[in-house]
Amino acid sequence: MRGDARRLLADRRAAAGLAILAFAVLAALLAPLLAGDPIAQREIVATRFLPPFATDPLGAFHLLGTDRLGRDVWARLVFGARVSLGVGMLAVLLSVVIGVAVGAAAGFWRGWLGTALLGLTDFALALPRVVLLLLLASLWRPSAGLVILVLGLTGWMPIARLVYAEVRALAARPFVESAVGLGVPGPRILVRHILPNALTPVIVAAALGLGNAILLEAGLSFLGLGVQPPTPSWGNLIASGRDTLVNAPWVAAAPGMALVMVVVAATLLGDAVRDRLDPAANA
Amino acid sequence: MFSLARRALSGLGVVLGVVTLMFALLRLAPGDPALLLVGPAASAEQVAAQRRSLGLDRPIAEQYVSWLGQFVRGDWGTSIATGRPVRTMLAQAWPATVRLVGISLVLSYLIGIAVGVVQAARGGRLDTVLSVATVTLFALPGYWLGLMLVMVFTYQLRLLPAFGAAGFDADFLPPAARLADRLRHLALPLATLTLVGIGGTARFVRGAMLDVAGSPWVTVARAKGLSETRVTLHHVLRNALVPVVTLLGLSLPTLFSGAVFIEAIFAWPGVGRILVEAVQARDYPVVMAATAVSALLVVLGNLLAEALVRWVDPRAR
Repeated sequence: MRGDARRLLADRRAAAGLAILAFAVLAALLAPLLAGDPIAQREIVATRFLPPFATDPLGAFHLLGTDRLGRDVWARLVFGARVSLGVGMLAVLLSVVIGVAVGAAAGFWRGWLGTALLGLTDFALALPRVVLLLLLASLWRPSAGLVILVLGLTGWMPIARLVYAEVRALAARPFVESAVGLGVPGPRILVRHILPNALTPVIVAAALGLGNAILLEAGLSFLGLGVQPPTPSWGNLIASGRDTLVNAPWVAAAPGMALVMVVVAATLLGDAVRDRLDPAANA
Repeated sequence: MFSLARRALSGLGVVLGVVTLMFALLRLAPGDPALLLVGPAASAEQVAAQRRSLGLDRPIAEQYVSWLGQFVRGDWGTSIATGRPVRTMLAQAWPATVRLVGISLVLSYLIGIAVGVVQAARGGRLDTVLSVATVTLFALPGYWLGLMLVMVFTYQLRLLPAFGAAGFDADFLPPAARLADRLRHLALPLATLTLVGIGGTARFVRGAMLDVAGSPWVTVARAKGLSETRVTLHHVLRNALVPVVTLLGLSLPTLFSGAVFIEAIFAWPGVGRILVEAVQARDYPVVMAATAVSALLVVLGNLLAEALVRWVDPRAR
């Protein structure tokens, strides 16, 4: 395992991806230390619309400038990272749990249960995800919890398909057949013998899904259907910068760049892990 | 041909499922569906009338059948926000969406395939540079890229319009100027949607090309002394295109989803914008119908891709 990790880090994509993600997570965790109190009300008129690297009349330095209420963009960004990364990770966790359960059950108990679960997966895959998100966000009151639930419930299908294929292939292997021959009960075979061997592609799908979930959370919040202001999330930060695009473009630019960096990092990490897991792709 | 018909049938199943799902969600959602449909300003009699016309006093199975019947007949009610028939609103909107998504699909696949082929064939430093570029495009949120393009091309360079599909004076322009006006309005939304699409396509094509490049027939083609260009285009690309065309069908929901945000940003008069505005206004009849129409568009696109795969790959026939 340790050798695997070292070899993975030798891949520049994995190293860069992990470094960026670690930086973002650390910044989110240490937000109060890095940025102080983001809602400390000071003089609004003198501190609003300051460009990046400006020092306001009260002597405070603003790395990324300030918005129309004189709030420090860097502080909003790192506090928004808590929401955006947290929502993204929990949503992916939920879709991994559902996807593994559905995929494993469909691959292990074929017959009517498997057929029904596969049919459900294909149906859910064919739905336009954003349209469904909008529909759900319109029927219930928007909140971070709803976004996690909805993203999780609409993101499990690729993972289910991966796990299904993996479990099916593993179920035909000799070590599983011998477990069956020894009279080990089915659920125990699935959980103890098959699933641990099927989980590696799930890591790839989870890394790629994380980027997607963070993007979608931001999209929903951008449209005002996700995390509600004044709680900052990268999506509603972009939305708040939209109104001041002309006199303060940095307000919308900064959270967007943070978003792109984190999604690129997750994608690079996913690519690197996939190449490492799939020897055929290395040939 | 038979299996294509089966596909069409299962596509119909998807649309049916979406409509059923909406029926269930409307019942599950907090609040009285009748109240939701008539809006907050309605009187008690109106709510009661709406409840009767929805058949909320009848058994749930009967309600479902009549809901389905109304949907199939295209009886989608009137918009709460605008008072117009929902069917008219969507009938006017869908061509704009198909135009935007269709042109963007063609452009992003043509450019994406070209970039992917160059990456796979050349390798080395150029491949690395292009890989960084495509993964960045892939990670860009469309609505943010759209805003940045508006900032540069509309506010700073004052080159291109940022809203709508035509100028206010479009109806009074001569044909040539009217076309130019439409193209100028199309430029930014199309560029946004296409740029985001190129990233994903190029990444996939590069992977598919590299998968095929190790095949025995490629070695044979080289051994026959064929030129590298010919090997790349005729032996590698031709075979790599099969999964790419399949992806084209699968990527339609994603592309359509992207278009929803882009239409909202650029006020493009399509289904996506109607959907977003209706969601923000809690205009349920419109949300329901727009969802069903989106599902239908996606299903039709998938069928088209399926037919295309058969055309590209004789083995799939």
